Amino acid sequence: MINNGKKSTSTGAAATLDVKAVEKVAELSRLQLSQNEIETIAGQLSAVLQSFEQLQAVDTNGVEPLVTPTELSVRFREDVAVKVEDVELFLANAPARSGRLFKVPPVV
Amino acid sequence: MSSETENRYGDYEPVIGIEIHAQLSTKSKMFCTASTEFGAADNENICEVDTAMPGALPVVNKRAIEFSVRTGLALGCDIRKRSVFSRKQYFYPDLPKGYQISQFDLPICEHGRVDYLLEGEKKTVSITRAHMEEDAGKSTHHGEYSLINLNRAGTPLLEIVSGPDIRSPQEAAEYARTVHKIVRYLDICDGNLEEGSFRCDCNVSVRKRGEKEFRTRVEIKNINSFRFVEKAVEYEILRQIDCYETGEKIVQETRLYDPDKNRTVAMRAKEEAHDYRYFPDPDLLPVEIEESFIEGIRSALPELPLKRAERFQQEYKIPEYDSHVLTQEKPLADYYEAVVKAAGGNAKAASNWVMTELMRELNDSKKQVQESPISAEHLGQMVALIDKGTISGKIAKTVFSEMWSSGKAPEVIVKEKGLVQITDTSAIEKAIDDVIAASPNELAAYRGGKEKLFGFFVGQVMKATRGQASPDLVNQLLKKKLAGE
Amino acid sequence: MSNSLNLDQATCSEIRDAVRGKKVSAVEVTNHFQSRVKTLDPKINAFVSINEKAEEAAKAVDEKIARGEDPGILAGIPMAVKDLLCTKGLKTTASSKMLANFIPPYSATVVKRLEAAGAVTLGKTSLDEFAMGSSNENAATGPVRNPWNPEYVPGGSSGGSAAAIAARMAPGAIGTDTGGSIRQPASFCGLFGMKPTYGRVSRYGIIAFASSLDQAGPMALSTKDCALILEAISGSCEFDSTSASIEVPKWSEILTDDVKGLRIGLPKEYFAESMDADVERVTQEAIAALKDRGAEIVEVSLPLVKHAVPVYYLVATSEASSNLARYDGMRYGHRTADAAGADLDEVYSRSRGEGFGSEVKRRIMLGTYALSSGYYDAFYQKASQVRRLIRNEFLQAFESCDVILSPVSTTPAFKVGERINDPLQMYLNDIFTTSTNLAGLPGMSVPAGYSASGLPIGVQLMGRHFDEARMFNVSLALENALGAVKARRPHVI
Repeated sequence: MINNGKKSTSTGAAATLDVKAVEKVAELSRLQLSQNEIETIAGQLSAVLQSFEQLQAVDTNGVEPLVTPTELSVRFREDVAVKVEDVELFLANAPARSGRLFKVPPVV
Repeated sequence: MSSETENRYGDYEPVIGIEIHAQLSTKSKMFCTASTEFGAADNENICEVDTAMPGALPVVNKRAIEFSVRTGLALGCDIRKRSVFSRKQYFYPDLPKGYQISQFDLPICEHGRVDYLLEGEKKTVSITRAHMEEDAGKSTHHGEYSLINLNRAGTPLLEIVSGPDIRSPQEAAEYARTVHKIVRYLDICDGNLEEGSFRCDCNVSVRKRGEKEFRTRVEIKNINSFRFVEKAVEYEILRQIDCYETGEKIVQETRLYDPDKNRTVAMRAKEEAHDYRYFPDPDLLPVEIEESFIEGIRSALPELPLKRAERFQQEYKIPEYDSHVLTQEKPLADYYEAVVKAAGGNAKAASNWVMTELMRELNDSKKQVQESPISAEHLGQMVALIDKGTISGKIAKTVFSEMWSSGKAPEVIVKEKGLVQITDTSAIEKAIDDVIAASPNELAAYRGGKEKLFGFFVGQVMKATRGQASPDLVNQLLKKKLAGE
Repeated sequence: MSNSLNLDQATCSEIRDAVRGKKVSAVEVTNHFQSRVKTLDPKINAFVSINEKAEEAAKAVDEKIARGEDPGILAGIPMAVKDLLCTKGLKTTASSKMLANFIPPYSATVVKRLEAAGAVTLGKTSLDEFAMGSSNENAATGPVRNPWNPEYVPGGSSGGSAAAIAARMAPGAIGTDTGGSIRQPASFCGLFGMKPTYGRVSRYGIIAFASSLDQAGPMALSTKDCALILEAISGSCEFDSTSASIEVPKWSEILTDDVKGLRIGLPKEYFAESMDADVERVTQEAIAALKDRGAEIVEVSLPLVKHAVPVYYLVATSEASSNLARYDGMRYGHRTADAAGADLDEVYSRSRGEGFGSEVKRRIMLGTYALSSGYYDAFYQKASQVRRLIRNEFLQAFESCDVILSPVSTTPAFKVGERINDPLQMYLNDIFTTSTNLAGLPGMSVPAGYSASGLPIGVQLMGRHFDEARMFNVSLALENALGAVKARRPHVI
């Protein structure tokens, strides 16, 4: 069973999200939110999570999580390299460029 | 551990584990058809998948699976018949999807071991796991901005994670060299450290001897040679001991090795702790492989360097040193064995010719053994010609350099240049008679007791026969003639 | 143009036959629908962009026919394509400010297959941003109006596709369905809308919302049209690891309305839900119609479907939080203008904060939380486990029935603005549709009646994995039995 290398909350899920938790999740999600948005989302997500609390009552002991819902067999690709016809199309949407490189804010 | 290291670290003991990222030498990327060719123009090797265009999806490269299984088997790992790709999530401009597809709790290879030799002593490192993942792109920094090239993004990597079994910088470097040799043998990675296709990250901690628990570890990145593995780890061990001795705390962090200053420097510390939010990638099904697939790969595994060196010692009776030099690279070992075969079994002579003349020429001209103008068959035939007495060892050097420049077979060269050894007694006797007749003073001196002059006569005879006279016969006949027999 | 074909009423199959029979040219058909879009869309707001090359594509179909070549099974049919499918060279926005100017360098497999089958891409239709919503109010280009009553929503997220057909601005459309996004707007707009079995249709080039739930499917005016379009877009795709290598039946040819002896399962838990009286009545009428035609009505039990909404929202938002990480304004998409002096993380946060609408942000937040350290087990993992149990219940239910029938939605279409501020209420409304996606089953909305105020109401059919055929048969039986339902037209026409 997956444990994701993380500690799980021992009793059920945290059913409310306070402003601080929302700020932390917003940072992890790289979403700038206004104070107003943070408060609204805290309220809305708390309501949603409270309603979802019902799930904890389901006995899932030993149940393997389901990801892909249908029985599909694995698909591999042969190792063949293909050149795209027009690289420019893949660069044309860039908000900023330098020649054929993507120009981004300084990363160090 | 040698007493020297013991002294150096006092009552501290280093604990080292190494994560090796080996770039798999596939033609196309891990999850898409873009080329992996090195040195392409900026953003030339890209497509919708590795640039993470909306809607693009990954499909697993079968050869990457094969290469991973091959490596896993060579490292003595258990191969998982059902392994799972997960998403490791973090934001970085060279990571186009905002996550790296990697393997997390269900890697393809687990529980292996690597044997290696350090100063003649056999050591073992456990392999915790080896998992497949994709590489990131490349960022270059220009102060006000950075530039992103995605040619490398999505290149398949196998991350080989050792157990924390390594106890000295020398062991660390030798373990890394051994894995390097193995992946090159398996032909799954070109092993180029400078181009980044073989990267060693070292996890280092120290603890007091006898302690059971591990202490806080530090990861060292940016090490691009085996020599630097040794130096970086050594520096880090001493730094940590120093910290403990002066009451400083070791923080879990990533440090970069600076080879110019020979020290490690902490990477910019980020306040936010990493939360990679791994979860199984719903775009990919679990990688399921059949037993027959694994067995097919197992049966085609090459003999690995250490085993091969041992066999060379036994089968060819060559010295241990020679066996390791000759098994350094698979093509060299293959070449050597082909020489022995063509030479009809004179393994020692074959070893001498390969290790001295051939390797010198290869080094001088910066060629790989595969590019040698002298084929293994030709070199073997030349050794056989010496053994048969057709040419002398001295003539062989001429033949060798002619083979190097023309690529011709040794028999052809010997014939064309008339280099066949003269074994006709009467011809040699005639040459000796001529030499003696032309050197009355030397003859008198020799007969008068100046025996050192024997060498002079040999030289003259060889000169007269353009070096082709059989040295044994010259010696034998000259002695008789000079004695007046 | 032939008098016998009224393009305002014609189905895709009728148009296709007329074009192939040279009774009307593909160019004439395309021009007709283009002019309807021009006249009607200012009121409906269904289209995000118009394909300037549509006429060219129609011309190519006519030329093929003139040369005697096979023009394909969708020859000359104009299609509205949800703006979630990448179209090479044609702007694709996901109805998001984030992708307001994005021109894809490649086309989705579905788009390629439509074109290969002779369909003409008329334009790209509006949706709830990144397919997140059930009202089409969360769209960068503003709400889409329901052609049956413009004060009402068309449903979502494929609301633009549904409204385009309902207003006869296109005879057929492609939608996508992650938790009901084809079926619910089809129900709200009086259409046939079909979500195929997970893996039936390639997801390649479809902007991902939730990878393990998303499927594209047809929306149209008849069962046969759905079957025909599905035939064209289905099948194994080398670029989608989750596409099934399974044979694609010629549904449009094997279709029958004979349902004698077919077992129709009614999940008792669904019928215990409180629902609108009109929905209840219409659903019962549909059941009665099938019974009349000889189908056997059986009760089935799905005790865990009551958890479908939480499971769905945890799985879908977890996957979405990851799928939407690529929208970072580095290689394409919105980058904040306010970047001077900002560090990288600030640029990310501002670009994403500005580029995404509030529902998308809310869902990214929920999903990030559900996957984050300390909460993974209780949320994502727990939901994935219950998901398996729900699927198992469906597989078991299908041992005693062939097709399951239920309402699509607890209510008919609601008014624009009515529920936008209560996300929980909006989520809970997905009670009947989400379990289909969780279990990977094919599902369909079939027009079955009207509310007292004249809004369309559909019923939902669900089939076994890869058994779209039986579901189509039940749909056709309903279509034929409820002829009066089909005869009504929205007032805008």
